[in-house]
Amino acid sequence: MKHLRAINQKARRIDDHVASQTDDVVALQGPPQGQQRPHVPMGCSLVFSPGWEVDSAGGTAGLCQPVERDLYDCYITCYWPAQVPDHLNNYPDWTAKCAAATKDWRNIDLVFP
Amino acid sequence: MNQYRLGEFHPFGGGRFLYLVPSAGIFELDDACRAVLSRLEKGEASREELAAIAGPDVVDELHQAHAITTNGFSPQLQQPPADFPLQTLVMNLTNQCNLSCQYCYEFGEDKVATPDGKPKFMDFETARQSVDYLLTSSEGRRAIHITFFGGETLMNFPLLKQVVDYASKKAAEQARAIDFSLTTNATLLTPAIIDYLSENRIGVTVSMDGAKESHDQFRVFANGRGSYDIIEPRVRALIKQHKTRPITARVTMTSQAMDVLGTYKHLKHDLGFHEVGFAPVTTSPNRLYSINESGLDSVLDQFRSLADEYRDHALRGKHHGFSNVSDTLAELHQGVSKSHPCGAGLGLVGVGPSGDIAPCHRFVDSDDHKLGHVSTGLDRARVSDFLGRGHINTKTDCSTCWARPVCAGGCHHEAYVRYGDTGHPNLHYCDWIRGWTGTCLEIYAAIVEHNPSFLQHFADRKAA
Ligand code: SF4
Ligand code: SF4
Repeated sequence: MKHLRAINQKARRIDDHVASQTDDVVALQGPPQGQQRPHVPMGCSLVFSPGWEVDSAGGTAGLCQPVERDLYDCYITCYWPAQVPDHLNNYPDWTAKCAAATKDWRNIDLVFP
Repeated sequence: MNQYRLGEFHPFGGGRFLYLVPSAGIFELDDACRAVLSRLEKGEASREELAAIAGPDVVDELHQAHAITTNGFSPQLQQPPADFPLQTLVMNLTNQCNLSCQYCYEFGEDKVATPDGKPKFMDFETARQSVDYLLTSSEGRRAIHITFFGGETLMNFPLLKQVVDYASKKAAEQARAIDFSLTTNATLLTPAIIDYLSENRIGVTVSMDGAKESHDQFRVFANGRGSYDIIEPRVRALIKQHKTRPITARVTMTSQAMDVLGTYKHLKHDLGFHEVGFAPVTTSPNRLYSINESGLDSVLDQFRSLADEYRDHALRGKHHGFSNVSDTLAELHQGVSKSHPCGAGLGLVGVGPSGDIAPCHRFVDSDDHKLGHVSTGLDRARVSDFLGRGHINTKTDCSTCWARPVCAGGCHHEAYVRYGDTGHPNLHYCDWIRGWTGTCLEIYAAIVEHNPSFLQHFADRKAA
């Protein structure tokens, strides 16, 4: 809502409820229509994530090696049900050596379950 | 054509905020919204007229939030599910007490308990059944609580220890968290008991009415001697040694003890309690110690000055120990909208020494209010009678009151003592409730405006 600002937790739920009734489904690539709400680009090429189809420059030169393909981002941010080391229970440190994905992606280890 | 009119709400913060009823949502308004609302204060208006004032999307938003309406009906609150999972069990370890406080709801002039022929002390078998009952009836909850109560809780301290052992073991087996607290008059505290309470992270609430003079008015031994001198050193030792949980004081206000500011100062600053909560005595109105209307006004004024102090602390990001404000702010921040005034008979039950289940600790040992037994569980018919009476939808006096999301008619026990019916709204407190809720909303507005991060404290605080 634009004119009423939700203040307490219940008001935020009302706001969400109203939004869910009135807003259209918004695809990942489009800017949210109507009111602007925080929108986190999840798993898109706006952020550098080794494994995705384009690199940070929009080309393919900086793509990671096939073995990491579709892995890194699934591990952290993506809902995609890929077989990745899970960062909650078993491999919390999988990407520990990868401080900046653009530079250190080679340090992402292989794991053998 | 649809005619719009005002929905139900309470404006505060100079008209910048709305507390919506019954949803309990709090919204900040912009000027366009305010223009629409002030038009509707003069009477109904058409959509066209309102849209001309502020634009159609403003009208839509206000309508979606139910701040304005076309049919004049507020949405009704639903019934809670019949198998509402238990969260807290109040275990009355004994109904015996070494004090004889005149106003006591268990033994005093307005008692509801009928303890004749029932055990005076709970035995381990009953306590074990109570714990098992709590564990099975709270399925799905990760964290559960046991509150020890009395009588004087510490008169059955050996059982308390057994229950803590047994319940902790059982909860651990199910990978669930359990915590304990107790209420005591502090007369029987010893260094060993204090150490035990601290080691086992048992929260302690001390019933205490202030400095010696007001405390000794009612909190007396059977021979009439006041208990202040006995408990003062014990309370100091408790606050000093018990560091694992906040220690709180609970004050019962009477016509002879209405000095809120002095009492708070003494308990918080002289003795060092973490938090201090106040509640007026529950009594029929003709008792000498019952607080009359002008007394309540004076109490509310004092509450307000203490609440102002709280606000100033909060704006500087500091804790203030006046728990009546914290509790209300937590409810306002979460947007609690109650179908029932409290968890009694829903998430909370009281269990007496006999194993009888009561809606809460105040009804323990009363045959009229028995809801079941820990060995056999709840009597569904009695529970639904109790909850049916207590539901806000049945309290017609409350149906137009803006404070009903937080009040829902008030304490069932208070209602029973005053009106002989647990489902009667506590109409003798309405001015108080609305006055107090309004005060807390103003504090809330000040915090939202000047130190919103302080509200984080209330996001998870258990609202009553
Ligand atoms: S008891 Fe009074 S203050 Fe409480 S909801 Fe009912 S009318 Fe309002
Ligand atoms: S508010 Fe009254 S009925 Fe509810 S738990 Fe407290 S004493 Fe019992």
